[in-house]
Amino acid sequence: MMKQLQSQSGASVFQYALLPQSPLPAETIGGNGKATLLIEEMFEKRSQVDLTEGDTVQTGQKLAPFKTSDAYVISSVTGKISAIYPYPGDFGSHFTAVDIEVANDEMAAPIEDLEPTLEVLQAYLAEAPGKPPLHLLGDPDRPIHTIVVSGVDTDLLVSTNQYAIRTEIHAIAKGIEVLKAAAAPETVAIAVPRDLIAGFGHTGADVLKAVSPDYPAAHPKLILYHAFGVEVPADKNCEDMGYAFFSAESVAAIGQAYDTGRLPIEKLVTLIDKQCRVKVITARLGTPVGAILKTAGIATGDRDRLILGGPMTGTAIYDEKLVVRADTDAVMVQDAADVNLVSDYSCINCGECVHVCPTRIQVNMLVRFLEAGQYEDGAELYDLLSCVDCGLCSYVCVARIPIYQYIRLAKYEMARVSAVAEASDES
Amino acid sequence: MSRKKMFIVSHAPFWHNGSNIQERCYGMIWAAMPAVALGIVQYGLPAVGVVCLAIATAILAEYLMNRATKRTVTIADGNAALLGLLFAMLIPATTPWWVVVVGTLLTVVIGLHVFGGLGANPFHPVAVSMMMLTVSWPAFMDFDAALVNYELSFKAVFPLTLAKNLGTAAVADFSTLDLLLGRQIGGIGSTFGLGLIAGGIYLIAKRYIRWEICLSFLASLFLTALAFHLTDPVRFAGPMFHLLTGYTLIGAFFLLPESASSPVNPVPMLIYGAAAGVLTMLIRNIGSYHDGVLLAVLLVNLVNPLLDKIRPKALGRMA
Repeated sequence: MMKQLQSQSGASVFQYALLPQSPLPAETIGGNGKATLLIEEMFEKRSQVDLTEGDTVQTGQKLAPFKTSDAYVISSVTGKISAIYPYPGDFGSHFTAVDIEVANDEMAAPIEDLEPTLEVLQAYLAEAPGKPPLHLLGDPDRPIHTIVVSGVDTDLLVSTNQYAIRTEIHAIAKGIEVLKAAAAPETVAIAVPRDLIAGFGHTGADVLKAVSPDYPAAHPKLILYHAFGVEVPADKNCEDMGYAFFSAESVAAIGQAYDTGRLPIEKLVTLIDKQCRVKVITARLGTPVGAILKTAGIATGDRDRLILGGPMTGTAIYDEKLVVRADTDAVMVQDAADVNLVSDYSCINCGECVHVCPTRIQVNMLVRFLEAGQYEDGAELYDLLSCVDCGLCSYVCVARIPIYQYIRLAKYEMARVSAVAEASDES
Repeated sequence: MSRKKMFIVSHAPFWHNGSNIQERCYGMIWAAMPAVALGIVQYGLPAVGVVCLAIATAILAEYLMNRATKRTVTIADGNAALLGLLFAMLIPATTPWWVVVVGTLLTVVIGLHVFGGLGANPFHPVAVSMMMLTVSWPAFMDFDAALVNYELSFKAVFPLTLAKNLGTAAVADFSTLDLLLGRQIGGIGSTFGLGLIAGGIYLIAKRYIRWEICLSFLASLFLTALAFHLTDPVRFAGPMFHLLTGYTLIGAFFLLPESASSPVNPVPMLIYGAAAGVLTMLIRNIGSYHDGVLLAVLLVNLVNPLLDKIRPKALGRMA
């Protein structure tokens, strides 16, 4: 029904939805005896890692098994490791997966004394729920002068950060205090939906910014442009301009860690069912998506689509065994009947994408270059890198060209080529 | 029996607004129907014959080209039928069958497929084929000669020929209402002013065409005609006459705004439409052709890629 409403109303009225006045408390959903933790490091051979099958881990224990790398994950359960294996992610990313059989008795790992310093934050909270981008802080080559706590969610229907900012305001205030002590930014700003602008006086933030409800106003580059008046050059990121965006949930997680002395392991997840009804729940990191859907009573069928993230920018997954990670803000199920497919038509130049693009890219021209694999020309002549990845061009495309996919591929290929070029320059 | 549950994996976004090419083409066919209907009422079965032959030939040509170029067969999307219909709307009801067939083949093969098919045509395919016919067989494109045997309840002379040869006085008895109601001779579907305007409004409301192009074309044609008329009221007919005769309205709503051959940015759309309006009036009043719409369409199609370089600055584009 939601889909029909949207197809009739057109893309220009796409708006972020607000949660009800006082959101229901998030229901906590557990796994069914199994969790999978992912470490951001390629697993090549067994001798690389200190962990083996049969080792026991405790809740809140830091697992940093690589001898050559600092990559780590915080165990969200107590139990026995049942498997360690390589796990390929999308866009060429690699992980090491650790399967854990959950034990009946929960044991909390000994609590470390958390000092509010950058080193401690980076050593224990980089994998906290919401995935705070702590690696951006403390880089002398790229100083961060403003931390933006984002209480808005970039995708439609996803309400995770909005929920966090409305229900965990004390933890967020504590988190801001810790971040100020650890990273000493000049300013901490907090960005909230325009209609919720009141009531954020006690957070310790220096600046409060309102974000328009019109999709995709919550994308960081657009928040900077509209709320801060800062235009980020196409080939630069927000952090290059001195702004680091932290999700409200991640700041709340930091605050919670320092308040309680425990490392947070529960992630807020927005569940979006086949009728586009939205519910915010909490689940432990590493819980399989299938277990969450089962507990929440959302059935999945053959040829449905299962999505991590929201309807415009999420990632379709192939298996219910995939797990909730620190940056999994939403799980969406789409009915087989609502699945739309792309076509092999070429662009008919109708101009809808140009009309809808929030960054004024000539998408009709750009897609011609991208279809031909001419990524550099696309970037130079038709502003490929200005794209903020909102997906609206594909949403309105009459010829049903996978424009957003072409754009993602082009950006990925350009980044890969320039990484190779840089590496060969250095050698 | 118990096949493993499989999910569909594809790239974001997972929503679509539901638009598609088929809906668009059939929408344009519907929009053309009022004008075609009046043509059929006026000219009877020969008009039905021309329309059906043109559509059938266009679909067959599209099918053969799809097969020849080893692409997906796209005859069901309605684009070929639309081109056949538009071609039929521009020609007289008595056009010999072989001219209809040749013209339609030129439209689909030369106008569309040699450039790469739907979306890749630099010119409106129908304008291309019509100009080729006009140059090759002007006798068949002459409405006065073609429709000489018809008993019509109104003046059976092509208004633009009359205006060109004899000046304003000769067309004084074409009232605006007559022209709006299609009481003039011309192509099968190009004379019914009200029908074309209704179709055009429908297309604009459905966003199948871009209003900037239609309105700037009509406004600039009106103003240019007015300027000519004020300069020499005896020789040059008034702006309302030019607005409602010849291919002006079908050009404004069905030929000029064809998406592949027209610009998409606001300023270029306005220039594109305005240029077509001025060119049409220059050709009608000074050039050697009686109607200038098709040539004007081809000429502005030609500059479309250049015009569309006038564009807003993208976010983050520096210098």
